[in-house]
Amino acid sequence: MCLMDKIQKFLLEQVADLHGVPAGAYNIRSDGKMAARNTTANIDIVTKQDKPGIDIIIKPGTKNESVHIPVIITKTDYQEMVYNDFYIGEDCDVVIIAGCGINNCGDQESRHDGIHSFYLAKNAHIKYIEKHYGEGDGLGGRVMNPTTVAELGEGAYMEMETVQIKGIDNTRRKTAATLAENAKLVISEKLMTHGEQYAETEFSVELNGEGSSANVVSRSVAKNKSRQLFLSKINGNSRCTGHSECDAIIMDEASVSAIPEITANSVDASLIHEAAIGKIAGEQLIKLMTLGLTEEEAEEQIVAGFLK
Amino acid sequence: MLELKNISFSAGDETGIKHILSDVSLKINERFVAVTGPNGSGKSTLARIIAGVTAPTSGSVILDGEDITDMGITERAKKGISFAFQQPVRFKGITVFDLLSLASGKQLSVSEACDYLSQVGMCARDYVNREINGSLSGGELKRIEIATILARGTKVSIFDEPEAGIDLWSFSNLITVFEKMYERINGSILIISHQERILEIADRILVIADGKISADGSRDKIMPQLRDSSRVCGRITDKKEGCA
Repeated sequence: MCLMDKIQKFLLEQVADLHGVPAGAYNIRSDGKMAARNTTANIDIVTKQDKPGIDIIIKPGTKNESVHIPVIITKTDYQEMVYNDFYIGEDCDVVIIAGCGINNCGDQESRHDGIHSFYLAKNAHIKYIEKHYGEGDGLGGRVMNPTTVAELGEGAYMEMETVQIKGIDNTRRKTAATLAENAKLVISEKLMTHGEQYAETEFSVELNGEGSSANVVSRSVAKNKSRQLFLSKINGNSRCTGHSECDAIIMDEASVSAIPEITANSVDASLIHEAAIGKIAGEQLIKLMTLGLTEEEAEEQIVAGFLK
Repeated sequence: MLELKNISFSAGDETGIKHILSDVSLKINERFVAVTGPNGSGKSTLARIIAGVTAPTSGSVILDGEDITDMGITERAKKGISFAFQQPVRFKGITVFDLLSLASGKQLSVSEACDYLSQVGMCARDYVNREINGSLSGGELKRIEIATILARGTKVSIFDEPEAGIDLWSFSNLITVFEKMYERINGSILIISHQERILEIADRILVIADGKISADGSRDKIMPQLRDSSRVCGRITDKKEGCA
């Protein structure tokens, strides 16, 4: 791995839980350049020729391997658009850890837009983890707009966990998935905004195949004057099951909107949406205070638990 | 020692002011004191006033000679008062282990947390990492609530109707829990209950009716009165069959 300074190392820890060189395949992108890469016998990583980004190609039958592809930005007034495509072979079972950390100490905007496209072949299984983190004392905005596109083949299973807890001023997240027969998609989103941040998250799922299923769950906390918008759209186009859930804690002067939309285009589609927004229940605070916590400590524990 | 001096509590609504507690004074020094009486008599309000959840309209609460009337919930908890809710609170994401650690005021080891759960008759391995959410039954939540009080180990432990919402099978275990707690406790247990088997463990029984203490004395003195009293006795014998 090339030389990294303390800030870069810290960002890597935040977004990828990496304290050093990861095991398995990896590609670390730092301020628009490849900082380190490793491929394995089963996982190849190739730089795109026509646009920024990489192709990650995982051989059929690859099991119990992982791919780390963190991105870190430490420059101010820097914007990038990256295209990463993942080709997951039949019967694979792999973990993919992406993430982006921005440290912007300047007064200009730092921005990372990424489009991750996943192509899961028959019976492939992936767990995709994505973490976003921002920091820096400057006035410059830290902006991330991740887009995830997933095509799940027959019997494929994708678990997606996204976490954005701190420091991103503006984010518009889009996730679109199409599912073939017996494919399964489970998305878990954890989001916390504070200050005057804005976060928008949009899920769009097409349940095309017989026996396909999707479960989209978002838990979020909006503090201070931050604003959040949750959009979830599930179309049931065959015999399928879909569930979307948005559960938000609102604090201070924040604002949260949840707009779930479910459409059944087949009589055998079974779709549910749930959305709940509310402040921390008074009884929860009182219970923790009877254990000796102050009101502020109780609030911290409740929020931390909710987003765990 | 816990002392209540001339505690009154009134609440007003559109129909007028209702006096929930009227000039209640008592001292608690015994190991196990049960408070019983009809529903709506002010028992839970009394417990909430001691824990600091509800402020009295007048009167004072004294703990070991110190007036704690103006102290908040947290401060009272730190002074050594624990309060088990009648309806335990659910938390998304907070696990049984987390809550027991918070209750004990330190990072527990898994075996310590399991020990508290075992004491309330729960198979610890199955529960320690469970979230305290809607997936737990009312009886399970009640026992976890009691385990948090055990983990705190404070000098005054208040239980508001621990039997409410517990099924018959769990109830006999609950009695065992309180019998054991009686043997181990270093401070005082104040328990609000309608259950005869819980009252039978008590050193002292207080009966509250219409916001006042209508009877107060040793178990041997009060139990026969309760059995004879048409109002309270009716409740006790109703439930007696269920707790055998």
